[in-house]
Amino acid sequence: MPGRVVFNEERCKGCELCVQFCPRKIIVLLDRRNAKGYRTAGVSEMDKCTGCATCAQMCPDAVIEVYRERAAKESGADSDSPREQGS
Amino acid sequence: MSKVFSRPQALSDVPLSYCPGCTYGIVHRMIAQAMDELDVTGRAVGVAPVGCTVLAYDFFECDFQQAAHGRAPAVATGIKRVQPDSIVFTLQGDGDLAAIGTAEIVHAAARGENITVFFLNNTIYGMTGGQMAPTTLIGQRSTTSPAGRVHKRAGTPIRVSEMLATLDAPAYIERVATDKPANVMRAMRAIRKALQCQVDGRGFSLVEILSACPTNWGMPPLEALSRLGSEVIPYYPLGVYRDRINDASDGPQGPVTGGAAGGC
Amino acid sequence: MMADKVLMKGNEAMAEAAVRAGCRFYAGYPITPQNEVPEYMSMRLFEVEGGHFVQAESEIAAINMLYGAGGCGARVMTSSSSPGISLKQEGISYLAGAEVPAVIANMARGGPGLGGIQPAQSDYYQATKGGGHGDYRLLVLAPESVQELVDLTAVAFDRADYYRNPVMILGDAILGQVMEPVILPEPIALDSLPAKDWATTGTRGERRKHIINSLYLKPHELERHNHRLQAKYRTMEQSEQRYATYRLEDAEIAIAAYGSTARICRRAIDLVRAEGIRAGMLRPISLWPFPVEAFRSEVCGVHRFLVVEMSHGQMVDDVRLALDCNVPVSFYGRSGGMVPSPVEIAEQLRLLAGVGKEQTGGGAGE
Repeated sequence: MPGRVVFNEERCKGCELCVQFCPRKIIVLLDRRNAKGYRTAGVSEMDKCTGCATCAQMCPDAVIEVYRERAAKESGADSDSPREQGS
Repeated sequence: MSKVFSRPQALSDVPLSYCPGCTYGIVHRMIAQAMDELDVTGRAVGVAPVGCTVLAYDFFECDFQQAAHGRAPAVATGIKRVQPDSIVFTLQGDGDLAAIGTAEIVHAAARGENITVFFLNNTIYGMTGGQMAPTTLIGQRSTTSPAGRVHKRAGTPIRVSEMLATLDAPAYIERVATDKPANVMRAMRAIRKALQCQVDGRGFSLVEILSACPTNWGMPPLEALSRLGSEVIPYYPLGVYRDRINDASDGPQGPVTGGAAGGC
Repeated sequence: MMADKVLMKGNEAMAEAAVRAGCRFYAGYPITPQNEVPEYMSMRLFEVEGGHFVQAESEIAAINMLYGAGGCGARVMTSSSSPGISLKQEGISYLAGAEVPAVIANMARGGPGLGGIQPAQSDYYQATKGGGHGDYRLLVLAPESVQELVDLTAVAFDRADYYRNPVMILGDAILGQVMEPVILPEPIALDSLPAKDWATTGTRGERRKHIINSLYLKPHELERHNHRLQAKYRTMEQSEQRYATYRLEDAEIAIAAYGSTARICRRAIDLVRAEGIRAGMLRPISLWPFPVEAFRSEVCGVHRFLVVEMSHGQMVDDVRLALDCNVPVSFYGRSGGMVPSPVEIAEQLRLLAGVGKEQTGGGAGE
C-alpha cells in the first residue's frame, strides 16, 4: 500500500479519534504511555496504510504526519486534504 | 514517498492545551492550514477570546491580541479599521459570542466589518467547568441546569448563524461540524472560503463550527463526537446561511472596509 | 507663523486638538453632555489620511475597539460621561494591563446612576483610585478652560505613548459645553513620532509575533508584570505632577479645587481679598499623580484649607493626605449638577476667616 504515517507520540492524548475514523482500521491505542501519562495511538499494520490522511485530519493535536507514494494519477477526491508539502 | 500532511506552518509547534478529543484542536489546525494555503500568516492578526481558546495566541504564528470577554469583534473592528491590509480573525466560544458578546457580534456583522469570525459552538461553557450556555440544548445537563435545561426557566437555545443571516451586511455565514471526516472536510472548505472572502475584501464572514466538549458533556471523546452528530446537528442544521461573496454589487450589503477599496 | 484664535465649544476643541495631536481612531457612543465629540469626529477624522471614526454599539464596544486599534500602534481616543465611563472600566483595566496607549475623556455629569446631565466632579475616585480592577493607575489630567483642555489633549496623547498607558482627561459638562477663544496647536507629523515596536502590525514573516495581552496565568509572572507596571507609575508620580497657584504666596486660607470649580473659586478669592481676607488657591491639574509636592512646598503660610468640589468630597481625601493632616481641611460641595456660585464660596471663606455667619459645612439645596 502506498501510505505511511508517523506519530509524534509525546503530543498524543489518546483521544482515539484516529482509531475510530481510520478507514482501514489499522490504528490502535498502544500500551505504552507518554510522558504526560496518555496511552498513545499507533499503527498496527503499516503495510495496509493508503496515506489517505483521514487520521491526521481528525487529530486535534497535529500528532500525525502522512506520507504517500505518488501514483500515476492522483485522485481529485483529496482536494480537501492539504496539498503536498514536499518531501 | 512524499509528505502529504503535516502540522501547518501557521500552527505553532507547541502542545495544545485542549482536553483529549476536544475538536477545537482540529479547528486550530484547519485555520492554520488555510492561513498557509492563502499565505496570509505574515499579515494576520488574531483575536483570542475569554474561554477555552484564551491561549490561542500561543498556538498560531501570527500577531495576536487577547480580548475581554465577548469583545473580540469590537477589538477586531479596531484592528481592521486602522490596518485594512491585516487579515483579522476572531475565535470565540458560546459564552463569548452568544452571551456576553451578543451586541458586539451583531454590530460587527451589521456594519459588515471585513473580518472573519470563527464561532466554536460546543453547547456548553468549557473553561469555567461546564455551565449552561446560550446554545445548550433543552434537556441538556450542565452545572447550572443540573436537571437538564428547562424552557420555562432558561429559555431556548440561540441559533447564531440563522440570527445573523437576518442582517443585510454579512457576506458569508456557514455552519459546519467536526463530528466525522466528511464534515471536517466541509469545515475546512468553509474556513478557507471565509478567509478568502476577507482577502478579497468581500465583507463579514462567520463560520459556526459545531464542536464536542467531552469533559463537560461527561463522556469520552468518541461518544461526544457521536452526540455531536445525533443530537447537536439536528438542532443546529449544517449549511450555508449567507453567501453573497460573488455578488457583483458593493451595494447596501457591501463591505464597510474593503481590502483595497477602503473608505467608509 | 501666527496661530489663529477661534471660538470653539470645549467638546469640539478637544476633538480638534486630538486630531492635530495625531489621533487617527475614535470610537464613541452618544451620551450627554459630550455628544459633540463623536459628532465632530465623525466628520473630521475622515478628512485626515488614515483617520477612522466608528459610532460603537456601546461604550463597552468603543473601549474595546480602542484596545484593538491602539494595539496596532494608532493614536486612539474615546470619550463619554460618567455612566459610560463606568461601562468602560473593564476595558480600561485591560488597556493598562496590556500596556496599550489610549486617551479617554470624561465630561462628567451628576450621579450616581443615570443622575443628571449637568456638571459634577463626582468621578474623582473612579478616575484616580482605579474604577476598574487591579493594581493600575491612569494619568488623570483636569483642565479648567477650553484652552487648557486643548493643551492637555496633546499632552495626553504624548504621555499615553510614552508610558504605554491609558490617560484620562477629566472634564465636566461645563467644560464640554462652554465656548471660549482658543489657539489650536499645529498638527503634528505622524512620521515624526517614535515607532512602536510592540504593535500587532503583522509579522510579514520578518519578526517574531507580537502579542497584546494582559493574561499571565503563572502567579510569579503576573507579579513580575505588576512590578513593571508599578515602576512606570513611580516614574509618573515623580515626573507628571501638574498644578497651578492663584494668589497663594501670602495666603492664610487656601482653596484646593480643580477644573471648572477652580475658576469659580478664583472669583470668590477676589471677592474676599477685597475685604482683606488673605485667600489663595492651589489648583491640581494632574489628579493622578496628585501634586503632593505642591502641598508641601507652596503652602507655607496657610493655616487652613478649604476644598471645594462639585461632589460630596472625593479630592478632599487626597488633600488631607498630602498635607499629612498637619493643616485643618474643611470641605464645601454641591452635587446633582448644582454649580456653586462665587458668592457662596466667598461666604465659606469668610466663615473660615472667622467673620462669617454660622458654619453650614457642605452645601445644601437652597
